[in-house]
Amino acid sequence: MSEDQIKNLEKEFEARIARDEKIEPKDWMPEKYRQTHIRQMSQHAHSEIIGMLPEGNWITRAPSLRRKVALLAKVQDEAGHGLYLYSATETLGISRDQMYEQLHTGKAKYSSIFNYPTLTWADMGAIGWLVDGAAIINQVPLCNTSYGPYARAMIRVCKEESFHQRQGYEIMIKLANGTPEQKEMAQDALNRWWWPSLMMLGPTDDKSVHTAQSMKWKLKRKTNDELRQQFIDQTVPQADLIGLTVPDPDLKWNEERGSYDFGEIDWDEFWQVVKGHGPMNKARMKARVGAWERGQWVRDAAMAHAEKKEERKQKQAV
Amino acid sequence: MSTKNWPLWEIFVRSKNGLEHRHCGSLHASDAEMALENARDVYTRRNEGVSIWVVESKHITASNPENNGELFEPAQDKVYRHPTFYDLPDEVKHM
Amino acid sequence: MKNENLYNYILGIADNSLILGQRMGELCGHGPTLETDIACTNISLDLFGQVRSYFQYAAKIAGDGRTEDDIAMLRKEREYKNVLLAEQPNTNFAYTIARHFLFDVYHFSFLNELQKSSDLTLSAIANKCIKEVSYHERFSSDWVKRLGDGTEESNQKMQEAINDLWTYTDELFHQTEADKVMVEDGVGVDVTKLKDNYYKSVGELLNKARLNTPESKWFQKGGKIGIHTEHLGYLLADLQYMQRTYPNMEW
Repeated sequence: MSEDQIKNLEKEFEARIARDEKIEPKDWMPEKYRQTHIRQMSQHAHSEIIGMLPEGNWITRAPSLRRKVALLAKVQDEAGHGLYLYSATETLGISRDQMYEQLHTGKAKYSSIFNYPTLTWADMGAIGWLVDGAAIINQVPLCNTSYGPYARAMIRVCKEESFHQRQGYEIMIKLANGTPEQKEMAQDALNRWWWPSLMMLGPTDDKSVHTAQSMKWKLKRKTNDELRQQFIDQTVPQADLIGLTVPDPDLKWNEERGSYDFGEIDWDEFWQVVKGHGPMNKARMKARVGAWERGQWVRDAAMAHAEKKEERKQKQAV
Repeated sequence: MSTKNWPLWEIFVRSKNGLEHRHCGSLHASDAEMALENARDVYTRRNEGVSIWVVESKHITASNPENNGELFEPAQDKVYRHPTFYDLPDEVKHM
Repeated sequence: MKNENLYNYILGIADNSLILGQRMGELCGHGPTLETDIACTNISLDLFGQVRSYFQYAAKIAGDGRTEDDIAMLRKEREYKNVLLAEQPNTNFAYTIARHFLFDVYHFSFLNELQKSSDLTLSAIANKCIKEVSYHERFSSDWVKRLGDGTEESNQKMQEAINDLWTYTDELFHQTEADKVMVEDGVGVDVTKLKDNYYKSVGELLNKARLNTPESKWFQKGGKIGIHTEHLGYLLADLQYMQRTYPNMEW
């Protein structure tokens, strides 16, 4: 194809997205669109899968049967969401195994928040309330993103995740209204998860490299800073309501803006964790790679059995 | 020993009798039986279905969007296939 | 307690689901594939659902203010009545599958009989659970076949798991004193009658899976009267951690 032809195709492609048309797997697309989507979608899938680990850490220790089944179902949903997203990414011509390979070798990233440890039961509450809360803010606009398979996966994800945040907030309510010891546990969890949750919405706009392009392709509808403000404005009253204190001395309602002003985020910590120096980076990766390696003989056996079964069927047919 | 990866399957679920099977996503499985079981566990865990079809993805033949002009555009101007093409006196309310 | 035999009988059933559910729950996030992970979690969720039905009923019978969670999490090790098979660890995926397979075949035939119980609550629970367990049996049997037939390595691992867990199968068919009273009352299931069919079905499936039925006739027992393997203590340490560390709180 000549350069002019490609330019034309690209122009038509951008126009389709601007008209809110969806792009489907077999449609022509610029290589950069394909690569950006593979990167973002697989990163999203990896985050779901790694995200199972911090919460999975409390399944065997959940304090009641009701909490246990809710937590199991939630962590299972994360596996499901990882699966939907991997499948959607596979339509772009990369296999799940290739994506795993990228994750396991550290080439692919996942949401940094999961590199923090879950130390008490209240962390299950804080993760559901704050981490899922921030995730929802990120994800809801993706239901309208330009790539059809991604948009469809996200519609399913968002529908299913609607109970996740409630599950977490309910845990926090119970703790905040419980004994002083329980309330302290809840406050401690909020203290530890608040700032990482704000970081989860991404670097500030002036430091974010992908925003302009992502806006055009509807991978993003609002900037990181807008999303962060939205998250803070919706979450602070929820903390007030249950008598917990957001650990930010600079947090103050700004009448004029109709929003909360908030303190400086420690971006140095953020980048350190992204680079692999968070408290749990190594442990998370070890758990994932370990599960994959321990599963190799199981996957091989299933494949070998399927092939033998097929052979036997063929022989019988002869 | 085999080191092949589990192939990809497309999953279709009928949400209730009377409705058609609809594509709802895909998953990996070593054979058709496992694909059915995995589909049950992955795609109907919120009571979404009463029947499942699984098809190995490689067996699906898809039309190419490059041919959309010749495949689909010719149908656009065949308005006489639609009831609104025909004039009826106002007195006839339902037909 | 007025109905102590019935109470103990329910615990004897429910503890199996509780301990198996807990074991399966350990795997969530660590399965060999995402699909398998999701399937195993579904089984764990089914089992905990069953546990809740049984313990809510047991709490009602006890009538002393104890809740399902008190019964599930605040007993001493010797008071758990699950069979030894249920508490065996997830040494590898073959052990997980073998444990469930050897239990599921029993569980299905047990629930099939429990549906006929003169106790209407128990028969209703059995009626609901048997559909879940029917799927569990299908899932674990399919995996026994896959692993048994698959590769040299998987065949060896599956055989080893079956051999190691075989010693816990006979206990499934033992009766405690409470069991016997319950059978006489038409409430309980006479498990001794399920034994022949069990070994027949298990043997047939192992054969299909290119696996040998172990010949050992020496069996371990004790779980039903609270004498467990060393594994149970650690499992309970996790299960009970919150209730023990923070007593008398609501979650």
